[in-house]
Amino acid sequence: MVTAAPYEPKKKQIVDHLAPTAVDKTFNSKATAGEEGMISVRDMDFNYGAKRALHHIQMEIPSKQVTAFIGPSGCGKSTLLRCFNRINDRIQGAHIASGQVIIKGKNIYDKDVDTTSLRRQVGMVFQKYNPFPKSIYENVVYGLRISGVKKKADLNDACEYALKSAALWDECKDRLKQNAFGLSGGQMQRLCIARAIAVKPDILLMDEPCSALDPIATLKVEELILQLKEQFTVVIVTHNMQQARRVADLTAFMYLGELIEFADTLTIFSNPQQLKTEEYIRGQFS
Amino acid sequence: MHASAKSTSPDNPFAKRKSHLEFYELLTKSILRGATYLILFVTASIFIHIFIKGAPVIFQSKAPFINTKFLTELPETLHILQDKQGKIYETDPKGSDIIKKELGSNLRQEKTMSYSGGGILGPIVGTVLLVVGCMIVALFLGISSAIYLSEYAKPGRFIEMVRLAILNLSGVPSVVFGLFGLGMFVLTAPVITSVPHERSLLVIPLGFSNLSFQGWDTSVLSGAFTLAFVILPVIITASEECLRAVPQGFRETSLALGATRWQTIWRSVLPFAMPGILTSSILGIARAAGETAPIMFTAALAFKDKLPWQGQSGFNGVFTESVQALPYHIYTLAARIPKNEYSERAQYGSVFVFLVLVMSLAMASVLLRKKLRAKYQW
Repeated sequence: MVTAAPYEPKKKQIVDHLAPTAVDKTFNSKATAGEEGMISVRDMDFNYGAKRALHHIQMEIPSKQVTAFIGPSGCGKSTLLRCFNRINDRIQGAHIASGQVIIKGKNIYDKDVDTTSLRRQVGMVFQKYNPFPKSIYENVVYGLRISGVKKKADLNDACEYALKSAALWDECKDRLKQNAFGLSGGQMQRLCIARAIAVKPDILLMDEPCSALDPIATLKVEELILQLKEQFTVVIVTHNMQQARRVADLTAFMYLGELIEFADTLTIFSNPQQLKTEEYIRGQFS
Repeated sequence: MHASAKSTSPDNPFAKRKSHLEFYELLTKSILRGATYLILFVTASIFIHIFIKGAPVIFQSKAPFINTKFLTELPETLHILQDKQGKIYETDPKGSDIIKKELGSNLRQEKTMSYSGGGILGPIVGTVLLVVGCMIVALFLGISSAIYLSEYAKPGRFIEMVRLAILNLSGVPSVVFGLFGLGMFVLTAPVITSVPHERSLLVIPLGFSNLSFQGWDTSVLSGAFTLAFVILPVIITASEECLRAVPQGFRETSLALGATRWQTIWRSVLPFAMPGILTSSILGIARAAGETAPIMFTAALAFKDKLPWQGQSGFNGVFTESVQALPYHIYTLAARIPKNEYSERAQYGSVFVFLVLVMSLAMASVLLRKKLRAKYQW
């Protein structure tokens, strides 16, 4: 709090000057709670067995924006992300201890929630690009095939749509039948993004999508994320603070399983309200 | 001046020092090398012996270069007739009658050698049927339980006990499996029949028919199931390993795309584990092909003059008839008939054919693994 004062004017300048729209949008979408794509976490505790991993998480993630989770390793940012599509259920002993995660007006941890239909609407891209050892085409239409789409024309359309959305169409439209392992790392990650958006989810979760990529491929994926937010609510976990600054509208800083601060990206980076956030952003610990 | 040969020579600080260690070194090396070469020698002598004695039975110098008679005829009794001039006739039972009639009183003596005439088609067919049946049963049961253990079951005490039990199964002597098969499949397994056998343990009327616990008799089916249980531990262990080798990322991705557990296993785990499962299983199956004890009481007969589908039940006979099998046939030839110049042909011929069959199974597994490894890399 001591350092808060000198940052005050700066913040105002930047907000007024450079990105007033981002802030406006944030507050607008906060006003319309319950909108599609909105994730609302209400006082959630999450456990791995007896060990508490997340403490009292409370946040509202707005629709059609990019929200970034930053924080040191082991702070629980991936765990929180993986709560949103319940992929944590796979892990032995992992369970939500209290609180709610509300997506589209429904607590996804209710007993009558079917995880498969939840995951169809909340897509996910993983840290390590992991296409299946199948053709590019088969990779993209995987999600459609498991949901029972059989018509060739539908599959082809979805494939083209997804690859175009993932900015990969021009690079691989002539080699759809070739094995996905022939692609470069960056292309493979974009293929995984295409695979996730082929099923047209509302929300796209990305768990450190660029940490295995080189700077150029990273840049391409970041450009892609900025395009994707027109159609999807994007939540991204990143190690890279610069990346959060470049792509995110809102940023959440987490530390030791707690949500320390959650605000629009400009505020977090220029005028953090919490001492811990400021220390982290200045690189005083990691 | 010559450099001193003494070990303590000052101008060679790295000179060899004499000590007892050197002797132990040599001794150990010789023992290790001796053991290796002994194994090599034994293996080589088995193969060479069988090849030298067996190959001439199968191969011949005239076209088609393969003794098709030996591979396509059923075993029969060999009759050896000798007339008073010392001329020797080797023939089958029918030929023997004709020659006896021709020779009349000129016949000096007649010898008969069981199983030494004809070919070994019966045992080959039997072994193939047993192996195919065993493969289907063992792969289905083995892969199912491996999937359950590695994908569905919650790790814990109980599952560890199950694993231990499965491993222990591989320590059970095969003759015990044979007796188990006799009790379980030959005498008690359930059949649907309108006329239950009088030895049936329990008959449950089903309305249209009866479910009778009377066993499957000595049949290919009983033998195949028994053999399957012999190799199940191998298949389950290998399958579990292969399933675990498929990256977790495939499963997570598939689940994150909205697939159910089974969809995930079926579409993005099993296809990539299958090559490994198949190649390791073939080795187990090669072992099953060579087992004698489990089929002795459950499927195999020492002699049968019909192929399984030539019996009363027609084509169904490939499941319900008893058969001859190569390993048991080899045992019969070796233990039940005298070894002499006439029986040698059948004895070595059978062993040679058997060895070639099992070796080609093992070879197929190695080649398949090599090919599939290259195809599925991640």
